[in-house]
Amino acid sequence: MQVSRWEPFGNMWKEMSRLQREMNRLFSSPVGSDGWPSLAGSFPALNIWQDEGTVYAEAELPGMELNDLEIFVTGGNQLTIKGERKAPKLDKGTWHRQERGFGSFARVVNLPVDVNAERVEARLANGVLTITMPKSEAAKPRKIVVKAE
Amino acid sequence: MAENSIVKTEKKADLTAPEFTRGTVTFTPRVDIIETAEELLLFADVPGVKSEDVDVRFENGELILHGRCNPRGHAANSLLNEYEVGDFYRVFALSESIDAEKIGAELKQGVLTVHLPKAAAVKPRKITVQGN
Repeated sequence: MQVSRWEPFGNMWKEMSRLQREMNRLFSSPVGSDGWPSLAGSFPALNIWQDEGTVYAEAELPGMELNDLEIFVTGGNQLTIKGERKAPKLDKGTWHRQERGFGSFARVVNLPVDVNAERVEARLANGVLTITMPKSEAAKPRKIVVKAE
Repeated sequence: MAENSIVKTEKKADLTAPEFTRGTVTFTPRVDIIETAEELLLFADVPGVKSEDVDVRFENGELILHGRCNPRGHAANSLLNEYEVGDFYRVFALSESIDAEKIGAELKQGVLTVHLPKAAAVKPRKITVQGN
């Protein structure tokens, strides 16, 4: 989870594999101009899964409204999530802790199959964005009837 | 970072047993704390937590934030898995300058806001200077 720090306790092996995955994610990010992996390009973290007819994408975007987000599919299989997370407006006050991140972000992912861009739906509930993308007709699995003689 | 006496310490040692018997992963939510003249404002990111699953308690001078987040299951047919879903838990020790009776909290779009009003004794008071 990108929005949270994690605490290693409990099942150590599970934590080790999580760490390994986080590291892989860090070093597989596009390399920025300064030679370091560009972390800015990898927000928000995404979970993507599919069933027979649909591809689903989920991201954690607490404190955002759908109006702050731009979601579109181009070229049949390229999903783009753009947005800006605004900092709370406070006239005056002393900051004791500042751990949450704010600002603009954009993320583009290539889906393994073509989806029907017209019928993509996005839902934001409790700070979790869920995008439902029906696969295009050509990409849906088709059952082939085997005729017996 | 001004570490003054109002937020004394964050108690890492209090991340203890009873909360973790559910067998889910527990995360430390990211938090912003801002102090104004009247109150301390705490914002915590707890995406996926519903208002009925959030537990904000104040006991023995400690503010305990606990959000339960049920797994959103889609282990099968995963194409990309970059984060995990789990509970949120964090404890802050507060000084006595907080008016514990008036602590209030609200949850909106996965952000938990806790209002911690200052006790009357520590609120800044403007003294009118009378001229003649």
